[in-house]
Amino acid sequence: MSYAFAAQLNSLLAALILLTAFAMLVQRRMYALLHLFAWQGLFLSISTAVVGFAAQSHHLYISSVLTLAIKVILLPYILHVLIRKLKIHREVETIVNVPTTMLIGIALVIFSYHLTAPIRELSTLMTKSTLAVALATVMLGLLMMITRRHAVTQIIGFLAMENGLFFAATSATYGMPLVVELGVALDILIAAFIFGIFFFHINTTFDSLDVDQMARLKEED
Amino acid sequence: MILLVLLCVPLVASLALAFIGDRKFAPEVNILGSAATFVAGIALALEVYHHGPMLAGDKFFFVDAFNVYLAVLTSFVSMTTALFSRRYMRREREHGTIGHRRIRFYHAMFQLFIFAMLLCLLTNNVGVLWIAMELATLSTVLLVSLYRTPSAIEAAWKYFILCGVGIALALFGTVLLYFAAEKVLGAGGEALLWTNLSQVSDQLEPTILSLAFVFLMVGYGTKVGLVPVHNWLPDAHSEGPTPISAVLSGLLLNIALYALVRCKVLVDGSTGTHHAGNIMMGFGILSVIVASFSLLRQKDIKRMFAYSSIEHMGITTFAFGLGGPVATFGALLHMLVHSLTKSAIFFTVGHASQMHRTQDMDRIQGLIRGNPLVGWGMTFGVMAIVGMPPFGVFMSEFLILTATIKDAPLMAPFLLLGLGVTFAALFRKVQPMVTGEVPPHQKFLKVAHVPVLLHMFLVLGIGIYMPKFLADWFHTAVGLLK
Repeated sequence: MSYAFAAQLNSLLAALILLTAFAMLVQRRMYALLHLFAWQGLFLSISTAVVGFAAQSHHLYISSVLTLAIKVILLPYILHVLIRKLKIHREVETIVNVPTTMLIGIALVIFSYHLTAPIRELSTLMTKSTLAVALATVMLGLLMMITRRHAVTQIIGFLAMENGLFFAATSATYGMPLVVELGVALDILIAAFIFGIFFFHINTTFDSLDVDQMARLKEED
Repeated sequence: MILLVLLCVPLVASLALAFIGDRKFAPEVNILGSAATFVAGIALALEVYHHGPMLAGDKFFFVDAFNVYLAVLTSFVSMTTALFSRRYMRREREHGTIGHRRIRFYHAMFQLFIFAMLLCLLTNNVGVLWIAMELATLSTVLLVSLYRTPSAIEAAWKYFILCGVGIALALFGTVLLYFAAEKVLGAGGEALLWTNLSQVSDQLEPTILSLAFVFLMVGYGTKVGLVPVHNWLPDAHSEGPTPISAVLSGLLLNIALYALVRCKVLVDGSTGTHHAGNIMMGFGILSVIVASFSLLRQKDIKRMFAYSSIEHMGITTFAFGLGGPVATFGALLHMLVHSLTKSAIFFTVGHASQMHRTQDMDRIQGLIRGNPLVGWGMTFGVMAIVGMPPFGVFMSEFLILTATIKDAPLMAPFLLLGLGVTFAALFRKVQPMVTGEVPPHQKFLKVAHVPVLLHMFLVLGIGIYMPKFLADWFHTAVGLLK
């Protein structure tokens, strides 16, 4: 695999990651959303391996395997089990204003390109152009958390943000030092444990996972 | 060596408490663990005081005047909070608010939280700093929802989501920082070490660091509780158990601010401008104003003091942003005295709300007659927190205000307005609670004297006479943060 080919392949994977991010933004069905998230993780993992191969930085292989294990297998599996146990796999979320959300998403992508322009000029890495995609993925995850009202969907948005951050680290610097990446992975696992508990608490207390019901704590007038 | 002990004690205590569970002596083990941590903290501080800054564990840990004083403060407040929580949590358990498993969980997570904060302070690696900060959040999320009431779950969910998003942005900032550092220091773990970064900060690319700082500011700023990303804070403080409110307010906010200030030093060194400082000043002053006016509208006692914490973190952030020796000295002092005073206030608030079985301020009355320690403790605590002399908060706020009038006179009226409104609001709300007759629904309870008295005594002591070692520490820290 030549260097140029690797760069091309990486750009293609970046495009796929962005595509899944957009698809997640408007996917109403739980399982389909989860599958999209798993696909995004898979593209991320392949992309990390490709960059690791092209840049000859072997610790990226470890990151790649870590991503595969956590983001493609473990987290989707946990969420799958949770969705089944909470009996919400048939739920179809109502999403208002799909076109507006998409347009805001596009604006966020443009904004990300604008924001990362100084980095593209300075960087000499082959991945420099994908950093904007990474930031866009972070922002789209954030947008998903804002627009969606279901607790599980918000968590998937949060995890998609983490995907974006991980991709940013690979794009900007060929990955963070290993100790940091392992620590981040550990934090994500603890977070997964916590939101798993949370889903049950919310479900038993509010009889649904719709976060709109949580509106007790407000400033009184 | 001492450093490892300091970090290992809370970790071991956490594991031990997870096994001990709800045995009768669990709170005592909790106190013992925190006390041991405090002793280790003092030992470390003495070592640093005599021998200067030190690197340890293959440069993985770094201790200087700035973080060692926060480490001592953290271990001290966690010790007094453990003392306070002994009776408090036992009573909650008698009332049937929480059961066996949750007591086990509470103790284990409390110690894990202390560990995460100490790791945050002592690590030299900016990436590990981020990880420890996230760990500190995660360990407290389920403590906030400990009572499992709908409001508590809502508060914890908000805390989890908002801080999760915030801290994710801080990670992006850290990635950018690493990107800039890698150009100068080469790839690998070395490039994220703060000591290395601070040596070469003038060679780091200014545009990248400015951009990184925006992300770090919003990210860590969420954890500091700065307006407009503060929404999680009043909820988490009011719905969690009171010992947790005390450590969240007194310690966690400080730690997040510590992370921010460490990053600011790097950004300042790189850009050579006051760009980062200005951002911090803006966030700070906005927090002071918004929090002070929000105070006026509160009905829940813990929520009110949560807003007061936002206000004080605003003042501190503003002062760090302003820079200069006087303001920085004031900010460091303010972190210390606010932490001591606010946790003391939360202790008395915890007692008061247990005496009345409510957090509604309209139903809390006659505290001085009902229980002098709680009543007077709250009165003096509030006097201290609004900045009345001779308490330590007066000193720090005075220093900050003087520096503001000198360096940023346009900001001074806003700062004064915030302080004035807070003064009025807190007194108006607290005075009816402490005075008056004892209402029939008030119950007399045995309270933990030591934590409140110890904290208030220290705040008073620092206000009247600052010991030389403390002044030395602050002066050294000011020198580091230039």
